[in-house]
Amino acid sequence: QTSAWENDPMFSMIKIDFSEEKKFCFPLYSRMEHAWGLPLTAEPATVAPAEVPAPTPVEFPSHAPYLLIGGGTASFAAARSIRARDPGARVLIITDEPDLPYMRPPLSKELWFSDDPSVVDTLRFKQWNGKERSIYFQPPSFYVSPQDLEKVENGGVAVLTGKKVVHMDVRGNKVTLSDNTEISYDKCLIATGGVPRNLQVIERAGEEVTKRTTLFRKVEDFKALDKVSRDTKSITIIGGGFLGSELACALGRRSADSDLEVIQMFPEKGNMGKVLPEYLSNWTTAKVKSEGVTVITEALVKAVSYKDGKVEIKLKDGRVVKTDHVVAAVGLEPSVELAKSAGLEVDSDFGGFRVNAELQARSNIWVAGDAACFYDIRLGRRRVEHHDHAVVSGRLAGENMTGANKPYWHQSMFWSDLGPDVGYEAIGIVDSSLPTVGVFAKATAKDTPKAATEKSGTGIRSESETEGTASSPVASSTPEPPPVPEQKDNYGKGVIFYLRDKVVVGIILWNVFNRMPVARKIIKDGEEHADLNEVAKLFNIHED
Amino acid sequence: MSYCKQEGKDCIIFVTKEDHEAPSNAELIADDPNDPYEDQGLILPSGEINWNCPCLGGMASGPCGTQFKEAFSCFHYSNEEVKGSECIDNFRGMQECMQKYPELYPQEDENEGVAMGGADGATPAPAEDSTPADSTAPAPAEDSSPAPVASSDSTLSPPTPESAPSSDNTPPTDSQPAS
Repeated sequence: QTSAWENDPMFSMIKIDFSEEKKFCFPLYSRMEHAWGLPLTAEPATVAPAEVPAPTPVEFPSHAPYLLIGGGTASFAAARSIRARDPGARVLIITDEPDLPYMRPPLSKELWFSDDPSVVDTLRFKQWNGKERSIYFQPPSFYVSPQDLEKVENGGVAVLTGKKVVHMDVRGNKVTLSDNTEISYDKCLIATGGVPRNLQVIERAGEEVTKRTTLFRKVEDFKALDKVSRDTKSITIIGGGFLGSELACALGRRSADSDLEVIQMFPEKGNMGKVLPEYLSNWTTAKVKSEGVTVITEALVKAVSYKDGKVEIKLKDGRVVKTDHVVAAVGLEPSVELAKSAGLEVDSDFGGFRVNAELQARSNIWVAGDAACFYDIRLGRRRVEHHDHAVVSGRLAGENMTGANKPYWHQSMFWSDLGPDVGYEAIGIVDSSLPTVGVFAKATAKDTPKAATEKSGTGIRSESETEGTASSPVASSTPEPPPVPEQKDNYGKGVIFYLRDKVVVGIILWNVFNRMPVARKIIKDGEEHADLNEVAKLFNIHED
Repeated sequence: MSYCKQEGKDCIIFVTKEDHEAPSNAELIADDPNDPYEDQGLILPSGEINWNCPCLGGMASGPCGTQFKEAFSCFHYSNEEVKGSECIDNFRGMQECMQKYPELYPQEDENEGVAMGGADGATPAPAEDSTPADSTAPAPAEDSSPAPVASSDSTLSPPTPESAPSSDNTPPTDSQPAS
């Protein structure tokens, strides 16, 4: 729009760098984000003073104009949105975790690839651009203390950690904490996320098994698993979706330098079997294996026991796997305990609190993030468990809590990296049960799998140009020509469309980056396209 | 698409660069820049500042958010010959506030600019909501796309002369009020 003042000398003092449009992406995630370059320790709890925590309760506000239940990504996004739109807003976040809000994706990716031996304490990771940042959205100094929230001049965001909201009185506009404190609110956001599911056979297997089982979600789980990976010889991951596959690849890579055995097992035929069409799932599974993981497909766990110093997993087909530690990555159970006291509807198809297109559950109550089952105008009612969705929905909830009344419209995206050859971004409904059309760049002698970058910590995947191998003329003395990958097997890069009633409802960008806006546009249009190859052209998949 | 290889319900097509050379005939619907549902860029159609623009990072929401808004608003609406010349006090107030939170608004000594970043580190860049250069890419891109920062020919905001090179995400530097 107005660029007239961009070059103005006065304006230079708050110079806004117009060139890096990507880094303004709110979610502050990794590849786009600036680093503060600041050491950040997670220590809100160890605040100093000599008064030892005798059971003196921290004083907190009896009223919060904006009350956000849950201290994760959606909540933080909402807090920021509220503060941007309502000058001087006083926002109280209540979380049962000890940590300030942080981002989850690095816990199963970047943190595992850090060169820094103290990463478990610093929780810092290298972003795509080489810069480091913390998983915490903001350092402690960003936040106002709960005691000061009601009085501080320009308002702020306060976080009450280690407190659980156990009851909600919608009529009275107030909540009750586990210690019986009551806090009233004007507007409330429920962003309670969820807890990892477990397998019943593990829950019933007794303490010797459960204490050797990790349900992976939080910072403490990352720390514990990191330790386990150094102290044991064998880890088995149960689950073949995003989290399970990412952890398998992370641990698999770690196993290259140690004698750690990494096993991954799941009921599907291949990794990401519920997301990727079968041919691609198979291809991905081969890649996961080459990361050092022993992958057991079509595995249904029948029983788990502790025997002779090992955890023994018996599969329905009779196979037995003996391991030292188990990671269960079998899904998330949305946290809806407040539904009962609050009188909120829970969705029976997708789980989570049922909200409308504007993310509202009832007057003055919104829900965002993993726990929100919302109406998507374009794609229908759904519940989405991805980081960007938490950001987008949290932000939208914050806007609507400050009077915007906008529906969910900007489609969120998600991504995953599984080793050096598999990196994808996706948007919309990406369900392998839907018919798909995949358009892939035909492999030529010049294409090779992308080299894993050795940039410390960064490159799970490379953004470099495809390295060309010299296509030498075939001569009889040449020992062997550069291998041309079998074109039917080489799904190096491309775009996959997911169709519902001939309309594209989901798109995966397979090893192709920086094209998400085009994908988002296609989903938004919701048109029937006669020839998806023509649509695929819009992505320029042959270029990097 | 008779040339696609069918594997059950899934269709697979391999294409060479030449196959994709001809421009696409796929039709996309024209975007309405005033669509209220769409995320907006830094400046709203009304001319007001969109404080919730992701491009601002945390600047409008952090502890110095109020001062930042005052300074930037003053500047934005200034019609003085030297734009913003009446806003010195606001900028000073902002700078004073930011100096109290060095962790959030680090002061940087580099010469390349006086970029002032957001509390959570994002030096703001607006999503240009004018027609993007590349017609296939709708503006603004406000996703948390983890795609690598492209070089300056990425599809959205055009680079300006003062922009820092993209590989060099400098944390905020200090602001020198023009005097």
